[in-house]
Amino acid sequence: MRIPCPHCGPRGVEEFLYTQDAEVTRPKDGGAAPTKEWTDYVYMRDNLKGPRKEYWYHSTGCHAWLVVTRDVSTHEILKVELP
Amino acid sequence: MSGFRTATGGLIDRAKPVNFRFDGKNYQGYAGDTLASALLANGVKIVGRSFKYHRPRGILSAGSEEPNALVELRTGAHREPNTRATMAEIYNGLEASSQNRFPSLKFDALAVNDLFSPFFAAGFYYKTFMWPAKFWEKFYEPMIRRAAGLGRNAGLPDPDSYEKTTEFCDVLVIGAGADGMRAAREAAASGVRVVLCDENAPLAPVDLPDRVKFLPRTTVFAVYDGGTYAALERLTDHLPVSSAPRQRLTKIIAGRCILATGALERPMVFGHNDKPGVMLAGAVATYITRYGVAPGRNVVLFLNNDDAAGLIPVVVSAGLAISSVVDSREKSSDLVYQLAREAGAPVFAGAVITRALGCQSVKGAEIRLHGGTTLRLPCDLVATSGGFNPNIALTSHFDGKPVWDDALYTFVPGKLPPGMEVVGKAAGQGININIKPCWHVGAYPGKSFVDFQNDVTLKDIKLAHQEGFSSVEHVKRYTTLGMATDQGKTANVNALAILTEVTGKPIPETGTTRFRPPYTPVALGALAGPHKGKHFKPTRLAPTHEFSQAQGAVFVETGLWLRAQYYPRPGEDWLAAAQREVNTVRNHVGICDVTTLGKIDIQGPDAAKFLECVYTNSWTNLAVGRVRYGLMLREDGFVMDDGTTARLGEQHFVMTTTTANAAKVMQHLEFCSQVLWPELDVSFISVTDQWAQIAVAGPDSRATLAKLVDAPFDISNEAFPYMGCAELTVCGGTAARLFRISFSGELAYEIAVPARYGNALAEKLMEAGAEFGIVPYGTEALGIMRIEKGHAAGPELNGQTTAHDLGLHKLLSKKKDFIGRALAARPALTEASRPTLVGLKPVDGLTVLRAGSHLLPLGAEAVAANDQGHIASAARSPSLGPIALALLANGPARIGEQIRVYDPVRNGDTLAEIVNPVHYDPSGSRLHA
Repeated sequence: MRIPCPHCGPRGVEEFLYTQDAEVTRPKDGGAAPTKEWTDYVYMRDNLKGPRKEYWYHSTGCHAWLVVTRDVSTHEILKVELP
Repeated sequence: MSGFRTATGGLIDRAKPVNFRFDGKNYQGYAGDTLASALLANGVKIVGRSFKYHRPRGILSAGSEEPNALVELRTGAHREPNTRATMAEIYNGLEASSQNRFPSLKFDALAVNDLFSPFFAAGFYYKTFMWPAKFWEKFYEPMIRRAAGLGRNAGLPDPDSYEKTTEFCDVLVIGAGADGMRAAREAAASGVRVVLCDENAPLAPVDLPDRVKFLPRTTVFAVYDGGTYAALERLTDHLPVSSAPRQRLTKIIAGRCILATGALERPMVFGHNDKPGVMLAGAVATYITRYGVAPGRNVVLFLNNDDAAGLIPVVVSAGLAISSVVDSREKSSDLVYQLAREAGAPVFAGAVITRALGCQSVKGAEIRLHGGTTLRLPCDLVATSGGFNPNIALTSHFDGKPVWDDALYTFVPGKLPPGMEVVGKAAGQGININIKPCWHVGAYPGKSFVDFQNDVTLKDIKLAHQEGFSSVEHVKRYTTLGMATDQGKTANVNALAILTEVTGKPIPETGTTRFRPPYTPVALGALAGPHKGKHFKPTRLAPTHEFSQAQGAVFVETGLWLRAQYYPRPGEDWLAAAQREVNTVRNHVGICDVTTLGKIDIQGPDAAKFLECVYTNSWTNLAVGRVRYGLMLREDGFVMDDGTTARLGEQHFVMTTTTANAAKVMQHLEFCSQVLWPELDVSFISVTDQWAQIAVAGPDSRATLAKLVDAPFDISNEAFPYMGCAELTVCGGTAARLFRISFSGELAYEIAVPARYGNALAEKLMEAGAEFGIVPYGTEALGIMRIEKGHAAGPELNGQTTAHDLGLHKLLSKKKDFIGRALAARPALTEASRPTLVGLKPVDGLTVLRAGSHLLPLGAEAVAANDQGHIASAARSPSLGPIALALLANGPARIGEQIRVYDPVRNGDTLAEIVNPVHYDPSGSRLHA
């Protein structure tokens, strides 16, 4: 698999680290958000087929965190953005 | 002895004879020969014994699909088993030997298996060796492994070297036959970069445009996402053993790919079709035209299609006889008749070969004529062609399922990997002309092999169906069909067709199994490449490594780092050395390299605000020139890491992390900065390797350091108090950073200088502290002192502990948002009944406590339900005796109680008193001295 890094160009997947689902967003109002919002953010994940947003870290490259839209059933990389 | 070298012809270099050995006998071939062609030229017919029945086997094919002729190449540590003789090029001095025979190829004692074959039918492992169950491991399995099987592993470390590289191109062409050559030239003419791979050695000079990078002896064995292909280039396998890299694994990144891998011929399924001397028709032609080798003198050709008729003129031109053509089609074609007439050979249309005759190799063929009459034809070579299968293994590496073609009677590529195009025979073009399938010639009392390498017969497939294994995937697993190292390249389609015949379902409904990578076997050494030993796991040396070596340190691996563990003096074991080091630090002064802790330089207008986000405690109120202990949580509320962070300037901090988490914390900070709080103006970089940092600890540490710091820096307690930090110079102008922090619990400092001065600084400190009896101390002494002080480290920061568990809940700020705040507040994470940090001391004051021991209430039965916690860290303190840090349910409330320390694995069972985790100097007065 190859990921086109916005800084480095297309690079082999071994340079990157998949870390987590990027479909969720950290509750904005840190302390005040209800616990459910937090548990949803930390634990709850949809396991859906098709294009998903994921966080990938260019660990042996430029150290950029990338939001990669990947079709999880075909591995096709549809979009790569900076967060 | 019927194979021989033809007088002329072939692409081998007759001016260059090559001497090699097979099974200890000397033979001669020519440059350009494969082991298979050279053995055939020398009249060798039997080259191996079969997997299960130990039947004599010869050479079936001339390519990488070869199921029979598996040999061991080279000797000693260089020995490589299961190599296809059809792919191995000979060189002077090559030692090859046959496999799976005892004592010799001609007479194999285990060939009795052939007589007992009723035992070895499909599923025989499952049926025969079921009972008694305990016999399996001790008796049956070793026995089967000895009897069945392939070559022997060298049993020694691989002495060969391997390379890895990456190749980029616009077009990758796989296969350098006529179709591949044309595709490569056309692509190059359009101005793009082309890589052309072919698994064979080039026998004739190849004339290609400069834009084409030609990689011969290179097998593309797998297709991956994003136009990534894996190829194995055999660099020196065709040369005498040397130190040069043997193989190269190339990752090819291609814009698109043209698959021109041709088609593989199917053998005919008839009685004793595995007998040496039965060969694929195309292979016979290849041996004659490419290698100048006649595999026999008198050929019977058995075919069901027109493609194979091309062999007739080839055989004739080489001066051999075509004794007859057996065509299973009721009506043979004009082409066959014409070519046979020219060769003077009779054509038996609608006839089949029922069995090959001969003892160890072919002496004749029994044929059944259209009317049912049988006839025996003398011959020494049976050339068979059951049609061709497009060689499309690579198309199914990417979820592609081959599609049955009703007109061609074979599978053609289905859904292709993105960017792949299939051309020529691989696409089914120009193959199986006028084919009428003949999947087998009917039952015959004897064996008709479908899968040669795994010894699967016609009968086995029928038996599998009778026993209920009718799906193609079940038949594969039950009979082991297609599961050998050749992945059934010559077997699968015949087997499927036979299966459909017994199930009555058409082939498209029966489906097919898919090929998986690798296309041909790949040595693990090639996959590892140069990444082995220290190249796989490099060693990070502390900047004081030379100093520690000179001091006689014993080193320990911590991650990639090599750290000084202790510095034994004559007669000291590790414990005596570590305890002496502790005593010296507690009473005088010692130094310890702490460079391995992660160091992250953080700068920017919002640096302090950023720390507020990632640490649980507050940072904006930290004064410049001060250091603070910080605690980091994960978002789920558990502790992630801890360390001290110093404020060197209004916008400049230096964070330390634990050694183990250095990279993880860096990654975490980058996530927080880039994803969660992109609005904060902050930058950071790891400086772990840039600064050598040494702890100077003990009552005499200030007096020692005072000799090194340059004026006018004032190191007095008043000017530079506990938790102070400063940038300064030492030893006459060397830039340094000084932190008054302490892991040992003594008056202590950590001093950092540019990494290249690490050894020099250590030596300077030793000189300066000589009058106080200074010693270097290692990780053992460090560990004892931190346990004495109750500092949490790796065993406590185990990813399952909360701030509350570690007694650090006061560090959870209530005034700000930080990572982990919300979920750390969940009731279950703050319950008193959670295992919480306490100290333990043996009640008898003597018994050594061990990490990992379980804690049980007094008088309770030693069962998991009664488990209340465990010892995380234990030490033998020179001043306090055995002590430990434990995580115990309701721990802090139980100080003063006794608890049972139970260690069944190491026969430990003792009583301990629950104490404050800070065993040593609980008031901390020594820190402020």
